[in-house]
Amino acid sequence: MSGYYLALALRSLKRNVVLTTLMIAAIGVGIGASMTTLTVFRAMSADPIPQKSSQLFVPQIDNWGPIDHLGQSDDKLEDQIDYIDAMAFMNAHAAPHQAASYAVTFALTPADTQLKPFKAEGRATYTDFFSMFDVPFQYGGPWSAADDQGRVPVVVISHELNEKLFAGANSVGRTINLDNEDYRVIGVMRHWEPMPRFYDLTNDPFSKSAQVFLPFTRAIDRQMASWGNTNCSKRADSGWDGLLRSNCIWIQYWVELPDAAAADGYRRWLNNYALEQTRSGRFQWPAYTKLRDVRAWLRYQHVVSNEASILVLVSFSFLFVCLLNAMGLMLAKFMGRAADIGVRRALGANRREILMQCLIEAGVVGLAGGLLGLALTGLGLLGLRSLLSKEALELTHLDLPGVGIALVLAVSAAVIAGLYPTWRAAQVQPAWQLKAQ
Amino acid sequence: MEVRPILSAMARNKVGAILVAVQMAVTLAILCNALFIIQQRLALSERPSGTDEANIFAISNQWVGHPENLPSLVQTDLTLLRSLPGVVDAYVTNSYPLTNSGWGDGADLKPDQKTSTAHMARYFADEHSINTLGLKLIAGRNFTAAEIGEKNVRDSPLPVALIVTRALANELFPAGNALGQSIYTSGNKTQPAPIIGIVDRLQVPWVADVSWAKDWTENSVLEPARFVMKESYYLVRTQPGQLQSVMRESQQQLFQAHGARVLDKVEPLSDARREIYRDDRGLAVILAVVCAVLLAITAFGIVGLTSYWVAQRRRQIGIRRALGATRANIVRYFQTENLMIAAAGATAGVALAVAVNLWMVSSFEMQRLHSIYAIVGAVVVLLLGQAAVLWPALRAASIPPALATRSA
Repeated sequence: MSGYYLALALRSLKRNVVLTTLMIAAIGVGIGASMTTLTVFRAMSADPIPQKSSQLFVPQIDNWGPIDHLGQSDDKLEDQIDYIDAMAFMNAHAAPHQAASYAVTFALTPADTQLKPFKAEGRATYTDFFSMFDVPFQYGGPWSAADDQGRVPVVVISHELNEKLFAGANSVGRTINLDNEDYRVIGVMRHWEPMPRFYDLTNDPFSKSAQVFLPFTRAIDRQMASWGNTNCSKRADSGWDGLLRSNCIWIQYWVELPDAAAADGYRRWLNNYALEQTRSGRFQWPAYTKLRDVRAWLRYQHVVSNEASILVLVSFSFLFVCLLNAMGLMLAKFMGRAADIGVRRALGANRREILMQCLIEAGVVGLAGGLLGLALTGLGLLGLRSLLSKEALELTHLDLPGVGIALVLAVSAAVIAGLYPTWRAAQVQPAWQLKAQ
Repeated sequence: MEVRPILSAMARNKVGAILVAVQMAVTLAILCNALFIIQQRLALSERPSGTDEANIFAISNQWVGHPENLPSLVQTDLTLLRSLPGVVDAYVTNSYPLTNSGWGDGADLKPDQKTSTAHMARYFADEHSINTLGLKLIAGRNFTAAEIGEKNVRDSPLPVALIVTRALANELFPAGNALGQSIYTSGNKTQPAPIIGIVDRLQVPWVADVSWAKDWTENSVLEPARFVMKESYYLVRTQPGQLQSVMRESQQQLFQAHGARVLDKVEPLSDARREIYRDDRGLAVILAVVCAVLLAITAFGIVGLTSYWVAQRRRQIGIRRALGATRANIVRYFQTENLMIAAAGATAGVALAVAVNLWMVSSFEMQRLHSIYAIVGAVVVLLLGQAAVLWPALRAASIPPALATRSA
């Protein structure tokens, strides 16, 4: 039966090409606009480490006290920690895995003297960083806890840097020169680019991951300044030691806690630590701490930009207008066919069959609109790439789920828009229509 | 105009009329909020930085390793850059406008203040900075060479004199007597520094829409210190038209003077402006495109539905014509009908637009919608309705009166 309805639907659509084109165009444009923005929005709000996002946590501690300062978050906590707390956290080993880290930058001098030195972005951290974040390795692996202890000059390098310096060969055991010091390559990562870059959201959350990873202890030893944000509530003493002794915050800190009980345990430990700081006089204010997992952290840090939200809002309102439009046109179309429907009813079709027929016609329009919408989404994403900044480029890929969402959205939108016109069509009184003839 | 027959005709076709009205209302709500956002983003991206952007470029310089003789290397670079043909002036600093990255600070009037009187961006500068950036000194004097200290890894010299922007001066001293007054900076509670000069305008580096500095985008202070660090920026101002050639030449010369360095980014300030406002301008373009397509879709929808109504009422139109209605009467009928629907839609639309705006004010830190946008939006939607209805109305007017005499 539905094959017959499909044939009827196609014939009916062909009969009024202008109305059909307008309907398909309305749905297609609406779908195109909303899918374009939704693609960007989905990428921005994506879970960068889905298999572990509920087991990775950021501890926050109020080390500045109740002062007002600029750029403060809603709960008046800081989004980084100072060196004193970072070291205390690391030494306490209160979680199964934990890693402090901060962004650094080097002038990297290639062994090939033909090449000029270039700037390499790095991250100083601990060995747990790699297992905690499931960092994939191509050659070798992370350095050891003993390397952390010994401040050993070893590095893990990114797949891309390995391509550039060693043409992709297994470079484990070879050395790279960072600011005139040799570092031994101990591991080469596979391509690893979590988006958003959840482990460090300061500056741009959609910027690239580091190319060089080295032990935190080594970086501190060599007095490597942070390449990220350093914020102080009061003036630090001068020099490197002054920074380490200060309450300036510049370190990201993550812990891995396997289950809710472990998270609760860590929460208690963290609060006790803060209480201890108050008791010892380092803090002159009550203990105030928080522990957030990856998703909560991304929300807290407002990773999804206002632009993306505004665009989603605008484009879905736009889709709504397109649907009202399609609905009006479908109403016109179905009611224009009242006479046909009267004849079919008189010949024995019941209301349900008329309903089916009209809904299938709406579905066909929706499918065509959805396909047009997909093409327009492709164009829209290309347009966004040329209009928006480079960092956002990574986000603009239409994936398979995206295509699915577009088609389902289009067909269901068209069917919903077709419901009322269909119901009206099914109300046609056969006797009335036949009399009017 | 005969409103009553229109109303009773509409009453028989409620859903169609409501669909058009709602469509126009949502169109209007999107339109005026979008226009408002477009205007705001364009205004944001056109704010002057206060510098001679067209003729300035920045070189980001990173030394390889930790050279012992950094002060003399920097001095050599500066002498070299200033002597290049086509160069007006040059200096070394920590940051510059339109980069979104720099040093923020608080300015205090008293040594024991809990919260700062004003916030500001710190730029390290020397006696060449005002000339390099093309700033306008509106009061006081420039730094002298003797006042310039050296900011390095170990030392942050206490400034002996400060040059502030007009905006910062006014915020610190609303009475307008900033020149000669002393302020405490960078958490330094011991020794205040006197304001020796005021420049007309110099933006902070953070210019984004929701940046922490959005309330003080022109509060900048110049501190007299040569920025001698592992990473720094040279700012160079050139003679008009020589920017590109000087950019090329200066890189070669710098490498010749000292090879063990990385010039990571060499960019004209005009490029920095384009890059930093890219998303703002992009959003404006996208919204403009969406508005245009939206208006087209709404217009075509009205054309489609009105054509259908005309087709439905062919007989009635024929009868009216036969009873003496002129073509103009018929056209006016459909125009009035559309005007009534559009007016209802526009009224609802303005209310919706304000509601959407209020919601965006609370969730996106947006500003309140100016009433002019609602008015413009309503007028556009009304005109759009009239334009869209014209073609079907003219078709209706061309229905011959003889139609009334024929049976359907």
